[in-house]
Amino acid sequence: MEPLTTDIAIIGAGVSGACIARQLSAYETDVTLLEKEVDVSFGVSKANSGIIHGGFHHSPRYLKTRLEIQGNLMFDRLQRELDFPFSRCGILVVAMNEEEMKYISHLYTQGVENGAIGIEMCSRERMFELEPKLDSDCVGGLHAPGGGVIEPYRFVFSLVESARKNGVKLMTGFNVTSAEWTGDKHRIHAVDGRVVEARWVVNAAGLQADTVSRIFGGEDFTVHPRKGEYYLLDRKTKVCPQRVLFPVPTRVSKGMLVIPTAEGTVLIGPTAVDIEDKEDLSTNEDQLSQILDQARKMVPGVSRTDIIAAFSGLRPALEDPDFYIDISGKAPNLIQVAGIQSPGLTASPAIGEYVKDLLKKAGCRLTEKADYDPYVTKMPRIRDYTPFEAEELLASNPAYGNLVCRCEKISEAEIVEAIRRGHTTLDGIKYFTRAQMGRCQGGFCSYKIIKLIMRETGLRYDRITKRGPGSEILTGSLEENPREVAHHA
Amino acid sequence: MHEQSFDVAVIGGGAAGMAAAVEVCRHNLSCAIVERVSYLGGILLQCIHNGFGLQEFKQELTGPEFAEEQIRQVKETDTALFLDTTVDSMEDTETGKEVYCYSRERGIVKLNVRAVILAMGCRERNRGNIGTPGTRPAGVFTAGLAQRLVNVEGFIPGRNVVIVGSGDIGLIMARRMTWVGARVHAVVEIQPYPSGLTRNIVQCLNDFEIPLYLSHVVSRIEGRDRVERVAITPLENGIPNEEKTFHVPCDTLLLSVGLVPENELSENAGVQLNPQTNGAVVDSTMMTSVPGVFSCGNVLHVHDLADYVAEEARRTGAYVAAWLDNERPSLQIPIRAGANVRYVSPGRFNPERPDKLYLRTLIVKNNARLVIKLDNQVVKEKKVSHLQPSEMVSLKLQPKDVESWKVSEDSVLEVSVQ
Repeated sequence: MEPLTTDIAIIGAGVSGACIARQLSAYETDVTLLEKEVDVSFGVSKANSGIIHGGFHHSPRYLKTRLEIQGNLMFDRLQRELDFPFSRCGILVVAMNEEEMKYISHLYTQGVENGAIGIEMCSRERMFELEPKLDSDCVGGLHAPGGGVIEPYRFVFSLVESARKNGVKLMTGFNVTSAEWTGDKHRIHAVDGRVVEARWVVNAAGLQADTVSRIFGGEDFTVHPRKGEYYLLDRKTKVCPQRVLFPVPTRVSKGMLVIPTAEGTVLIGPTAVDIEDKEDLSTNEDQLSQILDQARKMVPGVSRTDIIAAFSGLRPALEDPDFYIDISGKAPNLIQVAGIQSPGLTASPAIGEYVKDLLKKAGCRLTEKADYDPYVTKMPRIRDYTPFEAEELLASNPAYGNLVCRCEKISEAEIVEAIRRGHTTLDGIKYFTRAQMGRCQGGFCSYKIIKLIMRETGLRYDRITKRGPGSEILTGSLEENPREVAHHA
Repeated sequence: MHEQSFDVAVIGGGAAGMAAAVEVCRHNLSCAIVERVSYLGGILLQCIHNGFGLQEFKQELTGPEFAEEQIRQVKETDTALFLDTTVDSMEDTETGKEVYCYSRERGIVKLNVRAVILAMGCRERNRGNIGTPGTRPAGVFTAGLAQRLVNVEGFIPGRNVVIVGSGDIGLIMARRMTWVGARVHAVVEIQPYPSGLTRNIVQCLNDFEIPLYLSHVVSRIEGRDRVERVAITPLENGIPNEEKTFHVPCDTLLLSVGLVPENELSENAGVQLNPQTNGAVVDSTMMTSVPGVFSCGNVLHVHDLADYVAEEARRTGAYVAAWLDNERPSLQIPIRAGANVRYVSPGRFNPERPDKLYLRTLIVKNNARLVIKLDNQVVKEKKVSHLQPSEMVSLKLQPKDVESWKVSEDSVLEVSVQ
């Protein structure tokens, strides 16, 4: 197979890889983004808290803290350019006793040192003014008005779209299996036989960053998956807070949160459990009770009956609590971007800039593109319109009048747009449009979406998957089933 | 904006909506049905098994045949059909309601009406609602979705199947999946008794030697991309005994774990809901807490039979006509669910117009008595040979029952099971 030649190959189309790709798309260089899954954002980036952090959780000695502060400040402009759900709703850390208040004052000092803007120590009264739904045992806390929430997969989709608009190539289903250095470039082989040759490689492979590093002869380190389980509450829930609620953190994690998502639902979680298997995304009964207990400590009345879905995500943790972003000391022309756990999402735009600078430092020539366009085309969503406002939209495209997903109010036009932009699995369409993400969890709309995918792509029914090969939805058709014919005869 | 005026808008074109519309038209009122999909009939069309129509049409029909009868009746009236049209919201006006809808063909549709009948039916409870732990692979379907895929779309969702819940849809899908060549390895029911009708246990499970595990739960779903197996755990005195957990290899899990009235539109319109039924609180005329908005069928409370739905909807149509004719009940007394009763629908009773009540019990009981008390005095009793929570009970009150009752404005009616 003829190899594809590129200047820079980025391995992993999660939020780090996507931010790096978009950053580099502003320069006169050829960039290829390699993703092992069928769609982008299908790994660590699809299942996390979606928090834009407030800059007070970590000590200033870490690189991740600097990138967190810097990344946070970049989100307003990014949202204008990339049109993803983002709300700077603010963060509250809730102290339930005087002991916890002491830790709040530590967090406050740390935040001020880090340069977090606008953070304040709050009295009990101030906390209830900011969040009336808090449990009456709250004694005070910390308010970080610069914190917020985004929909992480939507962010990644927009980043990749913007990068592609500016010339970045995307190859999905590209599972890197081996690589060799030819003296002036890396030759990268995928499991399916495809080959890419690249002068530079950025390892942003998330949970697989250790394996990828070894494949390229880079540093030896181990990514430890740390599982976080979440529960999603119906948007009808009465416990939706106005700001993200954190408990006072423990040594290993920031604790279990109550998160008003940017799309109006509520997430509770995550847990933090170190596991071995990098593919173990199962949920567990005992964790659910823990999450409910913790959530109820901050907001009483969080109800099991509000739960519409459970899921888990894995954080790619290293031994060292900091991010590992550096020029490889062992392999030529390799940049390592590993251990991007919390606050990785917040830091990701700054990681993009940082990696661009590292590439320059390592000798990669980058000159700015004259015709770089940072904007993506905004996609109208029928749920944002009143019937009066929607008239014009329906006149331009009647498919906006066909509401396919009733729970989240998603039209045929939006689903078709998702498919045309390359999201051809049920999960891809779910993350792109929100269809199947509401209270019926696809019970009413998934068969309609299957038919739309078949219509738009020409794929046969047995090629329609939840999230790529192996996850086919349908196993047969009555037309091809002799036994069924016999039965009716 | 496409704008039209009617006396009544019926939201939903299933068994309830059609029966209500036909009745409304019989009273010389103009009526429109707004239906999301391109045809009338709702869920009836995917229920290709028989057992429908014995009460309504005095013959045993399949779901599509039942729908066909109803569609024929609708077509004989002047009911306007807004198909492929989804209601977005309702607004109050001085003379009634504005109903805003989206349609691919017509664009935005605004219906100006004097009254609204909510007949949207229900949705299936899903994995998230019952909290089954494990992975999230392809191959987990609600039973109704699987039924739709097989019977309407012509697709087979799996080869080796485990079914959670012994409700009627689950039982019927056990047989249906067997008929399309799949193997059903188990039906798993959390209760110590089946949730579906006895005839379905016999005809859908026993006849095909499909094992029914009572007092068991599917405790875990396994498989990365597609379901590979499930863990089944017995309950002993209501507590899972993990030591006796066993695994069943399968590629498909169907969930038949209950239905929830779909009232988001109602709630947005300010309709008050009953937490016991998840349906609207209605008075003796099926009117919700919002004047001029009525509710019937599965969106009011989940019924066992389409026949009951149609009956209730027809009565609702008549009540709507009376309300539009400015008829108001002079007295309505509240009905309470007493001992062992989960709910009684409707929530109010008009002694001048005694009617049918539907109720569900909280217990399983043979040779039970339904006891009706007016202000703590027993005024009527009815013997029932067998009661269980999954079987809805209907209770008809005749004018002669009510003649001797001494009803005041403060009276309360209570229905209990003993």
